[in-house]
Amino acid sequence: MNYIPDTDADRAEMLKAIGVQSVAELFHDVPEAHRFPTLMLPPALSEMEVIEELNALANENDDLHHLACFLGAGAYRHFVPSVVDFILQRSEFFTAYTPYQPEISQGTLQAHFEYQSMICALTGMEASNVSHYDGATAVAEAVIMALQIGRGKRNKVILSPTLHPQYRAVVHTYTQGMSLQIVGEDVVEIGPTTDTAAMLGALADLLDQQTACLIVQNPDFLGRLYTPAEMQALADRAHAVGAQFVVSVDPISLGLFVPPGRYGADIVTGEGQPMGSPLSLGGPYLGFFAMKAADVRRSAGRIVGQTVDAEGRRGFVLTLSTREQHIRREKASSNICSNQALNALAAAIYMAAMGKHGLRTVAELSYHKAHYAADLIGKIPGYAVISRWPFFKEFIVRCPQPIALINEVLLDRYGMVGGYDLGADYPGLKDHMLLCVTEMNSRTQIDLLAEALEEMTTMNLDRYEGEVSRG
Amino acid sequence: MGEPLIYEISRPGRCAVSLPECDVPPAPLPEGCVRDELPLPEVAEVDLVRHYIRLSQMNYGIDVGFYPLGSCTMKYNPKVNEVAARIPGFATLHPLQPEASIQGAMGLMLELQEMLAEIGGFAGVTLQPAAGAHGELTGVLMMRKYQYDRGECERNIILVPDSAHGTNPATTSMSGLKVVEVPSDRRGNVDLAALRDLIAQHGPKLVGLMLTNPNTLGLFDEHLLDIIKLVHEAGGLVYGDGANFNAILGIVRPGDLGFDVLHYNLHKTFSTPHGGGGPGAGAVGVSAALVDYLPGPIVKQDEADGMLHWYMPPKSIGRVKAFFGNFGVLVRAYTYIRMHGAEGLRAVSENAVLNANYLQARLRGVYPIPHGDRTCMHEFVAQGILKDAPGIRTMDIAKRLMDYGFHPPTIYFPLIVPEALMIEPTETESKETLDAFADALIRIAEEARTDPDLLHTAPHRAPVRRLDEVKAAKDLVLCYAPACGG
Repeated sequence: MNYIPDTDADRAEMLKAIGVQSVAELFHDVPEAHRFPTLMLPPALSEMEVIEELNALANENDDLHHLACFLGAGAYRHFVPSVVDFILQRSEFFTAYTPYQPEISQGTLQAHFEYQSMICALTGMEASNVSHYDGATAVAEAVIMALQIGRGKRNKVILSPTLHPQYRAVVHTYTQGMSLQIVGEDVVEIGPTTDTAAMLGALADLLDQQTACLIVQNPDFLGRLYTPAEMQALADRAHAVGAQFVVSVDPISLGLFVPPGRYGADIVTGEGQPMGSPLSLGGPYLGFFAMKAADVRRSAGRIVGQTVDAEGRRGFVLTLSTREQHIRREKASSNICSNQALNALAAAIYMAAMGKHGLRTVAELSYHKAHYAADLIGKIPGYAVISRWPFFKEFIVRCPQPIALINEVLLDRYGMVGGYDLGADYPGLKDHMLLCVTEMNSRTQIDLLAEALEEMTTMNLDRYEGEVSRG
Repeated sequence: MGEPLIYEISRPGRCAVSLPECDVPPAPLPEGCVRDELPLPEVAEVDLVRHYIRLSQMNYGIDVGFYPLGSCTMKYNPKVNEVAARIPGFATLHPLQPEASIQGAMGLMLELQEMLAEIGGFAGVTLQPAAGAHGELTGVLMMRKYQYDRGECERNIILVPDSAHGTNPATTSMSGLKVVEVPSDRRGNVDLAALRDLIAQHGPKLVGLMLTNPNTLGLFDEHLLDIIKLVHEAGGLVYGDGANFNAILGIVRPGDLGFDVLHYNLHKTFSTPHGGGGPGAGAVGVSAALVDYLPGPIVKQDEADGMLHWYMPPKSIGRVKAFFGNFGVLVRAYTYIRMHGAEGLRAVSENAVLNANYLQARLRGVYPIPHGDRTCMHEFVAQGILKDAPGIRTMDIAKRLMDYGFHPPTIYFPLIVPEALMIEPTETESKETLDAFADALIRIAEEARTDPDLLHTAPHRAPVRRLDEVKAAKDLVLCYAPACGG
């Protein structure tokens, strides 16, 4: 076996030292009737064969290496500089465990301290942990933290209808044993004419003394960017009743726009994938989590702190571990143990490589290209861009045909991955597509998308309709 | 020689990336929305790379040396896994692409679901949880919902042995349930008499039991079938913490023993890299009674046309994360299982257990091993207690091991063993490595008697000396001050 160095001779010597005759004897505590089952698994492959098999499976997919992509909705195709994966593949980083022994883990610890610093810089907050599993679970952990801050006396949670539908679903899953009142998701019906800025006022009207937190997304799931003034007004309403104001953000948008720390957010979370992690069918990603310094002791997840060694030199350690499950057990605020450390390292390298000017450029390119695309598509007969300004890199297009059908044709005839079908989450937005444009989309691609959408209005799509209904 | 912070090497005007010119007419930016400061560092690519490479040199990983961290299964991470996860046909798939365009990836997931079900003896598997603790939350929420659906809403207690990982009681609380702790007996098993009493007392309120087996003492419980039977008779379910699955691949299937739920740590047993603390993947397997409660979507094959679809089980507890799971980790685990097959997996556990027993035999008589009279499984727990060196603690021994070029074992866990040194060698280490490690521990025991200060002041050869963890928690510095907002 490739990965087992012991030889038969080694094994014989070791058995002798242990004082048993055979390896099988070591398993005498295992109930005999169930010992050594025959596993029905496919036969073992050599490295050469397994790569061949994996390539065959990979080839059955239409990957974005070969396609233009206008799909976002929580997972984004942004450029990843070559240095990111080059550094990630340093064995000393990727084959290390959690840095419980700080003297030989300074690489991970310092990199994560820098990650925390850059997340603070990006979000405008005072403190950050070293990540949750993803943007969705980071929101769920924000709910739990808000409940802690409310000392168990507040049991109402307000979720915006335009918080990512999957994030809302995860909040429901996480809190199903906690007897909470979760409100807000139906505060307005989301349809083509809904003014989501007015929706903020309706959400604020739900706030009361029982409310632990109010959670919104900015830019929201539908792409809408709320102004700092709108957000600050909401924050003030939340703070007036002692509730936490939680904002889930797209980190790339913060290269350009005022961060939540400047408009009253108490907790800022988000999906960190756009910063250096590949799309990889949805994971591994990372949920970043930033907060006020005063609340750190009520937060969950690993945190790195600066200290000194025995000779007084600067060094870094995991700190405040008395909050965590391995110390506090059933009294811990969360059960989280593993985080997304390597993705956090990727995000740190990404932020450092981009720096203040690079990240701004990425955000501006996405913004300008998205607006160019919206202008172009809005002019095609049969289509309408219904997003209200301002938006960042995603916008809503009303289409003359079902979205699944349009996407099937885009993929098959034009080599493009189309937008997200909003009808599944918002019945009022049936036949509405959420399109996403980033710096990865060239003007040529955008022009081609517009041409394709226009062509489709006069094309015979019967062949595809059959396929879509079967799919 | 400390490495400066990335901020300390920042110089205005530098940048490590080149980005394209804007090829569309610019749109006006919304007034009042644009930020006027963004305190990120500015570094050139060469400085960026040197910074991180120098940081990496201050880190210890499996590829550097032996990493016998108990309960963490720090086995060698095959490099083919990294190649596999980076194939563009996997790495550049958007999770919301149409099903028809990702049939290969979904096929890999379906096959992994089926292989894990076979290895664990379960009827169904979800790949969605992102880590072991996440799998625990998934499992306990399923157990809770199952009991409620049966109308047993008064059930709110989970039994957790005192030897359990902290995640077990923490998961229980997070699920809105109460923990009742079960003591261990003298031989390191669950105390069967105490369990009977607790069940007599709490039976009608029991949701179930969370059990790590082999347990955190590295022992296979001698009364396992009795324990499971007792819990089932009281109407409870048995959760298996699969953190220690590396001992039982092809040795026994937890589903066959009566476990109702189990999480697999793909980042332990199935060789995916830990990455400095994650990402992991905590797939969960369940018996037939619980398959409808699995979080989704999971992959299911349409029997009519063979197409693969995302499927939400009818009584699902809901989704536990966005999208479908840590797919990149799943590709690595799939690769590992495909390269081993049934015999290879059994060989993994056989050699892991052999290596642990050999190390235990070599250290017997040097350090106390509370259950050293028993055969251990993939790990064992010694104590950093030396009769004629009373001032020496486990912490000192651990730090001194660094000077010998080894990563220390897990220390001070499990909590029921004072001064614990939890040692898990894994199957990927050679006899020479185990001997060198045992020799180092034997020498350290001698040094403890002859030159205890050498241990108290260790490490001497690490990138930094012993770090002040108390100061870190007292004088909190959690970010580089000029970067912090507020």
